[in-house]
Amino acid sequence: MDKRVANAEAVIGRVKDGATILMGGFGTCGVPENLINALRRQGTKNLTVASNNPGTDGYGIGVLIENQQVKKLIASFVGSNKFLEKLALNNGIEMELNPQGTLAERMRAAGAGIPAFFTPTGYGTMVAEGKEVREFGGRPHILVPSLKGDFAFVKAWKGDRWGNLMYRKTARNFNPVMATAAEYVVAEVEEMVELGKLDPDSVHTPGIFVDAIFQGTSYVKPIEPGPKRKRGE
Amino acid sequence: MASPMDKREFIARRVAQEFRDGYYCNLGIGIPTMVPNYLPAGIEVILQSENGMLGIGPYPYEGEEDPDLINAGKEPVTEIPGCCYFTSADSFGMIRGRHIDASVLGALQVDEKGTLANWAVPGKILKGMGGAMDLVAGARRVIIAMEHATKEGTPKIMKKCTLPLTGVEVVDLIVTDLAVIEVTPKGLMLREVAPGVTPEAVQKVTEATLVRVPDLKTISV
Repeated sequence: MDKRVANAEAVIGRVKDGATILMGGFGTCGVPENLINALRRQGTKNLTVASNNPGTDGYGIGVLIENQQVKKLIASFVGSNKFLEKLALNNGIEMELNPQGTLAERMRAAGAGIPAFFTPTGYGTMVAEGKEVREFGGRPHILVPSLKGDFAFVKAWKGDRWGNLMYRKTARNFNPVMATAAEYVVAEVEEMVELGKLDPDSVHTPGIFVDAIFQGTSYVKPIEPGPKRKRGE
Repeated sequence: MASPMDKREFIARRVAQEFRDGYYCNLGIGIPTMVPNYLPAGIEVILQSENGMLGIGPYPYEGEEDPDLINAGKEPVTEIPGCCYFTSADSFGMIRGRHIDASVLGALQVDEKGTLANWAVPGKILKGMGGAMDLVAGARRVIIAMEHATKEGTPKIMKKCTLPLTGVEVVDLIVTDLAVIEVTPKGLMLREVAPGVTPEAVQKVTEATLVRVPDLKTISV
C-alpha cells in the first residue's frame, strides 16, 4: 500500500465545481497551503468550504475567497479577512457561522457515524433558530446535524506512505477531526518519513482516514502579530 | 472609582482572587488575558486554549515566535512544562463536558438572569462567535470581566439583553471597575463595591435592579 502522490496537482483535478471541502487550520497555523494554492490555480468554482476561519487577506482560504471560488463558507470566526467582509456585505458569499465547538463536533460526529447530536451550546441564540429543542437533565439542548465533506484538505507535520500523521503543537487544531469526515482525504506534510519511523504511540491520525499524502513545499506559515515578552521578565 | 490604578488592571486583580489552586481556566481576549499576572503566590492555574492546548506560557520574546504555536486569539504564545496539545474536537469536548473550572470573558451586555451578549457588535457585520457559545454553555463557572458601563455611560448590565445572545442564563459572577455582582435565582446580588463607590452610584449606571446584601464588602485588590 502506498498512498503517496507527487504533489497537490496530482490530486486537485478530483475536485469539481460545487464540491464541499473541509480545510484544516486555525488562524495561520496548520493550513494546507499547497492544496489551497493548487485549487486557486485550478480555479474550481462554487465551492462550499468549512474551516474555523477563512485565512487572512492573501493567505490560506483568503486566496480562494479573493478569487471568488467560494460560494459558501462555514466557519466560527471570520474577523481577520477584510476582503471577505466586503464580499459578505454585498451578498457575494454565503456565510454560515457555527460555534467553534459545534463545528468541530459536527465533523467528529460525521467521522464517527453519528448523523446528528444534541448540544447545549447556542440554545436560545441565533444559531438555535429553526432547530429542534429537547430537554435532558432539565436543560434544553438543540439538535445539530453532522457535517461531512466531499474532500478534506489536511496539513500535518510528519506522515508516512500509509497516511499515518503526526501534527506539531497547535497546528493540530481541526486537522485530525476533518481527516475523519470526508469522502476523500488528502494530507500534505512537512516531512515524509519511512514507514515505521513514526512512533506508533504518537500517531495522531491513523492512516485509515487518509486517501492521499504528499510532502508539501515552500511553506509560508506566517506569524500573526501579538504582544511580546520583554527581556528580563 | 478604580483610579489611579488602571480600571482594567483593577478588574483583572479582582478576578484573580476567584481562582483556586489547580483550576483549569479559559480566558477570553482583553481584560481576562491580564488575570494570570495577578494570581496570589502558591496558586497554580492551567490555562486552556480552544484551538487545542493546556498549559499556555507567557508571550514569546521578539524573534522567538513559533509559527505552530498560537493561542485562541491567534497570538504567538509559549508552552510551560507539563503542557499538552489536542484536537479542537477534544478541546471543546473538555469545554462542553464541564471539565473547565472557570471561563472568564468580556461582555457587551449581561442581564439579570445571567444571559450574555458578547459576540455581535451593534451596527457591524457579524464576525462570528468563535468558541464563546461553547464556553458559556460548558464551563463550570462563567465570570464576566468588563467595565461597568460603556464609554458613553450607557448601562451594560440590563434587565434584558437587547443584542444577539451568546448564552441564556449562563453567567455566575460579574466583576467590573465598580462592583462584584453575583447572579442568583433571586436576582443580581451586589456583593462588593469599589473603594469610595456607593451602592447608589453603582445602581445609577446599572439598568437591572441590584439586590442589596447586609454584608456588602469593599473590593480589595
